Amino acid sequence: MKGHTAWRDVAISAVALIAVLAIPLLHRSPAFEDFIIRLSAMALFASSLNLLVGNAGMVSFGHGMFYGLGAYTFALTMQLTNVSLPVAAVLAVAATTFAALCVGAICVRLSTDYFAFITLAVQMLFYSVIISWQTLTGGDQGLRGGIPRREIFGFELTSQLHLYQFCAVVAVLGLLALRHISASPFGQTLRMIRDNEDRASFLGIVLWRARLWAFTIAGGFAGLGGVLAALFVSGAYPELADWPNSGQAIFAVMLGGVNSFLGPVLGAAILLALNDVVTRFTEYYGLVLGIVILVFAVGLRRGVLDFVRSAWPGGAR
Amino acid sequence: MDLDALGSCLATPACVVTQTTSGLIVGMLLFLVAAGVTLIFGVLKIVNFAHGTFYMLGGYVAYTALGVTDSYTLAVLSGTLAMALFGALFERTLISRFYGANVLMQLLICYAVVLIFDDVVKIVWGPEFHAMGMPPAFQVPPFFIAGGVVPPFYAVLIGIAALIAIVLGLGLSLTRFGKTVRAAAINPQMVSTLGVNTTVLFATVFAIGGGLAGLAGALAAPVRSLSPGMGFSILIESFIVTVIGGMGSVAGALVSALLIGMVRGFGTIGFPKFTDGLIYIVMIAILILRPQGLFGRRS
Repeated sequence: MKGHTAWRDVAISAVALIAVLAIPLLHRSPAFEDFIIRLSAMALFASSLNLLVGNAGMVSFGHGMFYGLGAYTFALTMQLTNVSLPVAAVLAVAATTFAALCVGAICVRLSTDYFAFITLAVQMLFYSVIISWQTLTGGDQGLRGGIPRREIFGFELTSQLHLYQFCAVVAVLGLLALRHISASPFGQTLRMIRDNEDRASFLGIVLWRARLWAFTIAGGFAGLGGVLAALFVSGAYPELADWPNSGQAIFAVMLGGVNSFLGPVLGAAILLALNDVVTRFTEYYGLVLGIVILVFAVGLRRGVLDFVRSAWPGGAR
Repeated sequence: MDLDALGSCLATPACVVTQTTSGLIVGMLLFLVAAGVTLIFGVLKIVNFAHGTFYMLGGYVAYTALGVTDSYTLAVLSGTLAMALFGALFERTLISRFYGANVLMQLLICYAVVLIFDDVVKIVWGPEFHAMGMPPAFQVPPFFIAGGVVPPFYAVLIGIAALIAIVLGLGLSLTRFGKTVRAAAINPQMVSTLGVNTTVLFATVFAIGGGLAGLAGALAAPVRSLSPGMGFSILIESFIVTVIGGMGSVAGALVSALLIGMVRGFGTIGFPKFTDGLIYIVMIAILILRPQGLFGRRS
């Protein structure tokens, strides 16, 4: 990846960030701000998963574990200690990254199907620990009592506007970092492993080491998404680490497109918007979502952004 | 954790019998569902994430059929046949478009079907729990083995599932159809070249898998309550069973389903809050020590 594309990415994200930050100055809409806050958590979650799915070809069914772990670590640190918010967030991401390293060390050597199942099993084990360790996590009721929102740099996160700005900045910076990683030689290595692992191996790449790195990094970014989710719900719930949540991320990735960096973000936005719109009209959200997925999957046979880029001759790289 | 309770249970025959029976029930139902998953995976290389839906629909169809015909036998038969038909239809209309495609695409299709039918069930049968009730023929006093209570229906259920296991095992190893299925699992192109209509074969395998899940749902309906989304937990467990037993191995599915059943039966006494966790630990240990599963072939 050449230098000018890196600058282009920075420019695009700067423009996007400025646009997102400018909207509330022109028009305040609590529903929209809510949407962006949720999207920033979900976008980080889905994009980090796509580092595994799209780039490395590793289908993890247990990515929700790191999302949940980030949320719980962050919320617990804030509740039990007096550290400031950024410190707690860094701590949560560090803990999640370390957990991903440990889980990855067990999982990454297994082949595709078994990798998917073992990540799912580890996640469900983590979920059962959350449920059964009631004294610490509040069990199936979730961690309640709220997160003390201490002021950071003059930001008061109890105000929705400030939370909105905070989440938007964190999400854009996080996505930019992920983009940088996936465009780096390391990202290229992952795609080579995905396409032909034997060739990669012959070229001297230690497969498990590259995969373990990818898994660890992806876990860390999912943890960052979890921190934002914890801020939004003001606590942490076992559902964040349950498997339907991992499923959500997989569908966001698939719906948006695995081969486009922004695909998962678009997928997450579609899922969230669909949820918001459909639940307003009918209680049968699953029915509508299922039909939409079927139409996309049977009709396009790939993610929306991948489809658009392949249909657009100049756009596809 | 309550190891004392587990110890004292293991010391009393009555408790051992009761927990073994409930473990067998869980295990046998799980086997019926997992046998379909493993069969479909073995032949079609498709991980059917919609298998829990067959189980759920089988239960609901049986529930309605019981109301119409007033015969539990007919209810079980209609649940089984309806799901066999549904399985073949599902394979022909959706799954067959995605052979050889990305695993995630197949997953997406299956998940869409799960979502749709969970809501269809809500629309047709309502979101509330339904209890089918024990069929009148089985509303007789339970018999006792060494002081442990065994309801007759449980014995029949375990018997039917065991019979299915035998029929499935013998059918796969001895009959011409079974041999064709096993050959197709290894090399479908070659089987097709030899003049076997693999399109029909694949649909049939899916129908058998769906029928087994429907049968499990219909058999489970008097024991458990019916609710939308009931297929979800059995789906996860049947995957665990499939993975532990070895993907594609019916014998492995039987052994590991019974193993999981026993862990559930006795785990609820020793580790009431961590039974699920226990099962995941077993699965993780197996995957690390023997990734191909207990009965799986190393690929």
